[in-house]
Amino acid sequence: MTLDLPLIFAALMGAAILAYVVLDGYDLGVGMLMPAASAEEQDVMVASIGPFWDANETWLVLGIGILLVAFPVAHGMVLGALYVPVTVMLIGLMLRGVAFELRVKAEGWHAELWNWLFWFGSFVASLAQGFMLGRYITGFEPGFGYVLFALAVGGSLCGGYVLLGATWLVGRTEGALQRKALGWTRWGLLWVALGVALVSVATPLASETVRERWFDFPRTAALMLLPLATAGVWLWIWREIGRLARGRAGGEWRPFAGAVAIFALAFAGLAYSLFPYVVMDRLTIWDAAAHPSALKFVAVGTAIVLPFLAGYTVFAYRVFRGKARTGLYEH
Amino acid sequence: MDDTLLLARAQFGLNIAFHILFPSLTIALAWFLVYFRVRYERTREAAWLALYRFWVKVFALSFAMGVVSGIVMSFQFGTNWPGFMNIVGNIAGPLLAYEVLTAFFLEATFLGVMLFGMNRVPGWLHILSAVMVAAGTTISAFWILALNSWMQTPAGHTVVDGVIVAEDWWQVIFNPSFPYRFAHMMLASGLTASFVIAGLAAWRMLAAPADGSARRALGIGTVVAAVLAPLQVLVGDLHGLNTLEHQPAKIAAIEAIWRTERAVPLVLFAIPNEELRRNEFALEIPGGASLVLRHDAEAEIQGLDAFAPDHPPVAPVFFAFRVMVGIGLAMLALAWYGAWRLRRGATPPAWLLWIYSGFTFSGWIAVLAGWLVTEIGRQPWLVTGILRTSEAAGEASGAELGASLTGYILAYALMLSAYLVVLTHMARKGA
Repeated sequence: MTLDLPLIFAALMGAAILAYVVLDGYDLGVGMLMPAASAEEQDVMVASIGPFWDANETWLVLGIGILLVAFPVAHGMVLGALYVPVTVMLIGLMLRGVAFELRVKAEGWHAELWNWLFWFGSFVASLAQGFMLGRYITGFEPGFGYVLFALAVGGSLCGGYVLLGATWLVGRTEGALQRKALGWTRWGLLWVALGVALVSVATPLASETVRERWFDFPRTAALMLLPLATAGVWLWIWREIGRLARGRAGGEWRPFAGAVAIFALAFAGLAYSLFPYVVMDRLTIWDAAAHPSALKFVAVGTAIVLPFLAGYTVFAYRVFRGKARTGLYEH
Repeated sequence: MDDTLLLARAQFGLNIAFHILFPSLTIALAWFLVYFRVRYERTREAAWLALYRFWVKVFALSFAMGVVSGIVMSFQFGTNWPGFMNIVGNIAGPLLAYEVLTAFFLEATFLGVMLFGMNRVPGWLHILSAVMVAAGTTISAFWILALNSWMQTPAGHTVVDGVIVAEDWWQVIFNPSFPYRFAHMMLASGLTASFVIAGLAAWRMLAAPADGSARRALGIGTVVAAVLAPLQVLVGDLHGLNTLEHQPAKIAAIEAIWRTERAVPLVLFAIPNEELRRNEFALEIPGGASLVLRHDAEAEIQGLDAFAPDHPPVAPVFFAFRVMVGIGLAMLALAWYGAWRLRRGATPPAWLLWIYSGFTFSGWIAVLAGWLVTEIGRQPWLVTGILRTSEAAGEASGAELGASLTGYILAYALMLSAYLVVLTHMARKGA
């Protein structure tokens, strides 16, 4: 039996991108929530993501790295078409990345500026990522309607990240800030519901391929499990939030787990819509795949490294488990 | 088209130039931190802890700058040079992937423990995290330089259907110029970090002469620089001879040798004239270049005429090389003089501290100059003999490139000025 390496790398790339979206999603979400908090709360919020954001962003490099290695033709095509939003996202990520350090090390109005840039960079990067997703789904079709669609996806992704960030804070903080985070989670849920509904209606209208895949009876009946499961998880988070808000202890990580589940379900729907294209309607993963010599060389390394990677990621999260406090930012 | 190519190159060059500043500091600084941390574990002296705590802050800030500008790089391979990925993606992709897999994750994950975990994990585990971060930065440099060296001196590949495919990965990685380039870069990082440490310590001592840990840092930076600087002269010479063998056009541009002849003089200074293809105002040592490059004052050396029109522009390579060597020699002189003045714990005079402060970022200038020599020296090739830079450019319009270039310039200017202000400020108040 020969291994279908392009398929394996497509799965790996999908996994890396999902990992990125969930992991950097929560820290971008926390960044976007900054203006809603007091100065002291802001320090706790940043402390709650401080040890993790570097590694979280590395998943983006891995996802893009796999695209570069396994599907070099698609890498040029996709990133060339998304030139402007990619630039916006990168500048956003840069400003926010250094703001982690500079907002505590700078003084006076400098510190204020970096605090603001931390929020602004998080927001701009999230919006640009959603915009890129919207452009990607529709195969980079030109036209005002398509750009509007992409902006709507961008807005929805911001909502998703806010939901992840708020539920992360529910798990990582306590007291007044945690109560605030519960309120933010509710807003995040409403935002996500609106966004998902809008995008679900608009995507089949914007893309013929997606329409044909989803509205093909009797397959449609089985496919409806995805939106139904999403709605179920949504309701469950809402109930858990209510329970925690009434002061019941335990299960503080359930809302975050639910938010991750919503992302995983949305991702599954997206993967179903796209497969086997790596550039919508134009290039399949087999058309775009690199030479087998390159794929094999990287596959060996990946198989060896991934277990270690998973191992020390778990280790890092265990070291920093528990509630975040201001003093954590000690270095 | 030419303007777009120029913009694409300017943008990529700006990003790499900005990015390279931070790894060239953090690669070696990470090992200094391991040393400080281990010394503290052994002796429990407060001065070692103070050193570790101060420099880990500098490291965290520098590392963040490196990470975010590194993310930009991973995208710009596709956005600016799609032709590069189409032709040599089967080589470049895997080398970059190994960098991410083996190094980037190692650094990024253990960095969290190193920065925030000192009171949360046992001492040995904290030291292990610091070692992992340091190993990660070094392995990272290994892969990046393997790719860069392969672009300079490609080996171990074959052509299949018009694209480059690896035949022997060992030869691809350990290509002819790799060992020299890697050693040269590691030493450059060591020197950059030594001078940043000594320079900021001197800056601190000008404000607080009694600060014992700053005096200690000044001594360590000086000693390490005094050892590494002569090694760098040796490795640089070997690297040059290797370049003469594999990229003779680059050497001809570095030395501004226009015509192939015997007993070539060593040009100390001149203004190369590309139009007339000769040097103006030349100050030369007769037979010097033949002696340095062939160890025989009468030997023949290939001039630029042997490669025309496929040779790099002469003036930038010629001048950048002289800047690099000039600063390198000044660093050597300062390190040796400083080591002599600081022997047996002597207190340095204020004027020496001022010179050290002025040399804080001398390593950066030398690194940038050296990088210009090697990358411009490779032109017009992107991958020597395989792919021309002009064939690799993307479809981004001049307007898109211009607008994004402006955005990057503004962001980098803001980040770099904030970085420098915060660093000097931290050094001044000693925390």
